[in-house]
This record gives sequence, structure tokens and C-alpha cells, in this order.
Amino acid sequence: MDAISRNNVTVSGPLDGPVVMLAHGFGCDQNMWRLVVPMLAERFRVVLFDYVGAGRSDPSAWDAQRYASLDGYAADVLDICADLDLSEVVFVGHSVSAMVGVLAAARRPDRFGKLVMVAPSPRYIDDPEAGYAGGFSAADIDELLESLDSNYLGWSAAMAPVIMGNPERPELGEELTNSFCATDPDMAAVFARTTFLSDSRGDLASVTVPTLVLECAQDVIAPRQVGAYVHAAIPGSRLITLNATGHCPQLSAPEATGAAIVEFAAAR
Amino acid sequence: MMCETTDGGPEQDIGADSTDAGGGGEDANEAELAQFSALLEDSAEDLYEHAPCGYLSTLMDGRIAKINTTLVDWLGYTRAQLLGRKRFADLLTMGGKLYHETHFAPLLAMQGQVSGIALELKAADGSRLPVLVTSQVKTGSDGQPMLIRTTVVDARDRRAYENELLRARRHAEQVGAQAEQARAEAEHARQAAEIEHARLRQVMAILQSSLLPPELPRVPGMEAAAYYHTASADQLGGDFYDLFALGQGQWGFFLGDVCGKGPQAAAITSLTRYTLRAAFQHASDPVAALDTLNTALHDRYSGADPRYCTAIAGTLSPHGGTLRVTVASGGHPPALLLRGDGAAEYLPTPGGLLVGIMPHPHFTTATTVLNPGDTMLLYTDGLTEARTADGPRYSEDHLHAFAQTLAPAGAQQTISVLTGLLESFGNGLDDDTALLALGNPAAHTDPESA
Repeated sequence: MDAISRNNVTVSGPLDGPVVMLAHGFGCDQNMWRLVVPMLAERFRVVLFDYVGAGRSDPSAWDAQRYASLDGYAADVLDICADLDLSEVVFVGHSVSAMVGVLAAARRPDRFGKLVMVAPSPRYIDDPEAGYAGGFSAADIDELLESLDSNYLGWSAAMAPVIMGNPERPELGEELTNSFCATDPDMAAVFARTTFLSDSRGDLASVTVPTLVLECAQDVIAPRQVGAYVHAAIPGSRLITLNATGHCPQLSAPEATGAAIVEFAAAR
Repeated sequence: MMCETTDGGPEQDIGADSTDAGGGGEDANEAELAQFSALLEDSAEDLYEHAPCGYLSTLMDGRIAKINTTLVDWLGYTRAQLLGRKRFADLLTMGGKLYHETHFAPLLAMQGQVSGIALELKAADGSRLPVLVTSQVKTGSDGQPMLIRTTVVDARDRRAYENELLRARRHAEQVGAQAEQARAEAEHARQAAEIEHARLRQVMAILQSSLLPPELPRVPGMEAAAYYHTASADQLGGDFYDLFALGQGQWGFFLGDVCGKGPQAAAITSLTRYTLRAAFQHASDPVAALDTLNTALHDRYSGADPRYCTAIAGTLSPHGGTLRVTVASGGHPPALLLRGDGAAEYLPTPGGLLVGIMPHPHFTTATTVLNPGDTMLLYTDGLTEARTADGPRYSEDHLHAFAQTLAPAGAQQTISVLTGLLESFGNGLDDDTALLALGNPAAHTDPESA
């Protein structure tokens, strides 16, 4: 199967522009980038996609074993690069996708020109022995998985019509149950586990392309000390701390986020 | 569930009810309505503070700007501990925070509203309060988001119920997984059994072939052919035959049928075959050979587990272009002679006793001469007791009639035609069957012939 339809790839912006690929993290899909895409598409060829198991990706392509490791998600990225024959890609990965980008670039350095790591964390669970504070305990992650389960019952019915903005047309909600941010709970659970139980600290040293670390001033999931860790582990990387709260600066501070990406991606 | 009412409100609901109920006396209704409105107008602040649900307003970064008394009481904090000091996400469990950051906040930012999300609040004393949360972004007149309004509904009962549903679902999944595992295990066992079965068949085939000569020897001036039909690949058969040189141009042969099937019958078959061969080497006398076999079987298997067989044994001596035949039979069906002139006849050996059953049996002998074109057929009762397609058993009479139409025929031809006959019985051939044909060829073409 081609990755274009499997991963619901959408491309905007000038066809001959430098390529900026935006990769969503755990929890939602390519819609996460909606507020920064218009700014980027003015001068870049913007590639958006949904990982298999998220958004409008093809559910038949789901493979619990493949997606039980970040390598499976990196393979999605490389499949898309191959299908579109991309090179010199500026890969912008949000949250766990920042590490997916690191893995993909290590496997195929010829495809990637730069990395932008938005609110990255190479390991979410504390590692006291190594003096590493990821911010979470293993029990916290179990609690998140419970939260996913708790919202399984009410999720699609309650959310979908609201999301669509057409509460008076509930049939649209039916359609949305399988699309917008409302992933299959089993697939979401696998992605959650893969994300929050991963430890990619050892992969950071493999990064050789120019890298920008974009962190938020207040972020529970990727706190400041983690941003500093990533910055220190990637030689020559730049660190920008956005004056933003939460884990999704592309939504809470889209102008600043978009401007930082444009400035970094355009720089020679 | 007053808190979930968005447009209008309780005021309007009451008004609507009154109107519906109204028949006459509209003035009275209007007065009543005005009275209610006044009452509610006075208590708007009270309604906010003491509503049966929690109200919370935060700045866009989540900092709490306003909170009602109900929620303050649920949480067990003082208002001062919360206002401006805590963010909404600070009130959540760690798992809830992760969920808030990865699902709730992004959706709220994208849609301006999120409703009915199940979360747990962490109270000051560490206890947890399951709630359903709905949030809405309030925008200013310029369309810019100003603050987030959040409604928190106590969901302890509902959560308990949902947990039961989840538990039931997990249980069902577990049972399903167990069933699937059991099915997989059964499939695995079936495959293992199949492999084991194939291995057993292979062992059987090797054992079976060890009970028969690998191939018949070439005998100068004589044509020999044999066929062995195994009724079941899962059972060792008890039929046997052999053809071997006795020296001075003489040949010995035998064919027989051990009673029973399976490994024990196979053991007897092996014993029988080697005993007969050894006896023939000792004295080229078919009766003596059967006597020796009788002694061996009777001594070894008398008592509670008697074992016996039927057998026909004999010698062949070339004599001026003919073959002189002597046979002795121990309870075995008679040999069948297909003459070169087209006739067919049995070589009767009546009255011979089963081998191994009596201490001192008497075995019947017979002699004949095979002239050029003559063939002698030895067979086991698998052939003459096969069920035909029409129903009745095949018989010695049927075989005799068949031989009459077949003769004259060489040994090879006789065996191949009879093989075809056996195949035509299909499932009717339910016993092992051995065939051995010895013939004096019509025209001597064998260069080794004298």
C-alpha cells in the first residue's frame, strides 16, 4: 500500500519550495498544526500526515507489533519520504514525534536537512540512578492509560458533533468518530505505551543535522530540565523557550511557534 | 442536571412549563412567573456559588481566576490557595494531566469547546473525585480568546458504573483471549498429532517392507512376480511371502497370513518368515518346513495367547524345460494354476491344519508340473474375501472363473491384471492381500536359462 493514502498525507504550499514535514504527537493528528500551516505554506512545501492508528490513517494498516516501538512510526515517516521522493526535509516533530524524527534521520540521513523538536522528551519516566528527571513515574503512565479507558465510552458520542461544529447534525458525528482526534482506543493505548515508556536518550547523540529545540515555558509533559537535557545532548543545537503554557505551543502560541520554525527552516 | 443547560436556563424551563399547563387564567400565570423571576434574579449569585456543580474560570494559560463555593468545598482548599496560584491542570492526577495536555487542551484550543470528559480531581487531602468536565472558551468582542469557563459535575456514581462496564468489557476480552488461546493450543496439538501420525506411518511402512523381500530374485527359466496390498497405513499387516534359492537349481517359496494385525502380528510374521527360510535351508522339504514353523509358534505362543498362521510353502525344480512343483499347505487357500492352454484349475491341498495351533499337525501336500506357458498363483484370503461392488464377497469360485478368462498368462501379467482387480474393489478390499505368481515362460527369452 502506498504511504500517501495509508498515512492520509496532505501537501500544501509551493511545489518547488523547501520541504517542511510536520509530524503530530500522541493524542491527536495532523489537525494539531492547523494554526501554523498557513504561515509555513507561504514559502514552504508543507507535508502533513497521520501516523497509522491516528486521525484518518487507514485502520487496516494497523499492526500492533510494528507500532509498539518508535521505529514503527519512524518507518511511516520514511515510507512517506520515499513515496514523495523527498530530500533535505525540515522535519518538525511535536512531542514524541521529535524522537521519531531523530530515529528516521539516523536511518536515512540523505532525506533530512534539519530537525525541529517541539516540546521533545527522550524519556518521560524519571531515572534517578542516572540523575534524570523526566517528570513522571511508571504509575503516572498507568494512570494515563486508565484515563484513556475512562473516556472511551463517552468520547466519540460527546466529542464528535462538537468538533464538527454542527451540533444540529449528529450524523456528522458518526463520520467523525473515526477521524478527528478520536482514535481507536486500542490503537491509542499502544501509541500511549510506546510514547510514554520509551527511552531514546541514547539516540540523541546520533543527530548530525542542524537542530532546533522548541520548548514551552510551562509544560508538564516536557518540563524545562528535559528541554535543557535534549539541547545539551545534541551538539550545536539551538534552544528556544517559547512564552507559552502547556504542551502544544502550535495551538497556544501559534505565531511564535510558526515564526521560530520559519526562521530556522529558512536559514542557510 | 441544571449545570448542563446551556441556552436559556431553569428560568425559561419553568416559564415554558407554565405556558404549557395554562388553559385559562393567563394573568395568574404571568403573576406567578414574575414572582419566580424575581426570586431567581435575586439569587443569581447564590446559584453560581452553590450550584450542584462546580464552576471554574481560568485565564488562557490555565490559571484559576474564579471558582464557585461548591467546587472549593469539594476540593478542600481555601479560595485563596487556588485563585491565581493554581492552574486547572494542577487539580488533576498525573494521568489526568497527561490526558489534559494531550487531548483536552488541544481540542479546546482547536474547537473552543470540549464536553463530557472524564477526569479525576485531586482534593487537598489527597482524595480523588471522579468528575465530568466541560469547558468553553469565552472570546472578547474582537474574537480573541479571553478565558476558559469550566463546569465540573460530580461523576462518582457514573464512574463506578462505567468502571463496571469497563471491567465487564475487559473480562469479556480476557475470556475471548482465553478461548482464542485454547483454540490455538488445540490447533497446535492437532498439528503435532498429524506430524506424529505421519512419522508413525513412515515407521509402519519401513517395518512392513522389512517383512517382505525387497525384490524377488531373478530365477533362471522362471518368471516371478508379487504384489502386496496394505489395507491400512495405520496397521501393520500380517501377510508374508518369499522366494529364495535352495541350491542345486532348486527354489523354495512360501506365502501366508498371520492371524491378527498390528505390531504383535508383525512380530509373528517376522518370526514366521525367518523360521521358514531357515527350515528350508536345513531340508528342502515343504512339510518339514511347516512342521518346524508349527513347533516354533506352538512352543512360543501356546497357552493364554495362542498365535497361528496359514501358509503354503513349496519347492520348484527345473526338469527338462518344465518346473516340478511340490507344495504343502497349512490351512491356506489352494494355489491356482493358469495353464498355457487356457485352462485354470486349483491345486487342491485339503485338510491342512493351521500352523501353530496343534502340537503335531498334519499338512497336506500336492505336486504339479509347470509346463511352458503355465503359471501358478499363490494368494491370501484378502483377495477371495474382498467385498465386491455388488455386495457379496469375492470367492474362490469367482477367482477361478476370472482365471479361466485370463489364462494363458505369464506371472507378471497375472499379477498386473489381479492388481487391477484389487483396485476395482476399492473400499471393499478391507484386508491385507499378498499375491505371488511363479510361471514357466511360454518362450524362453532369458539368456540365463539352461
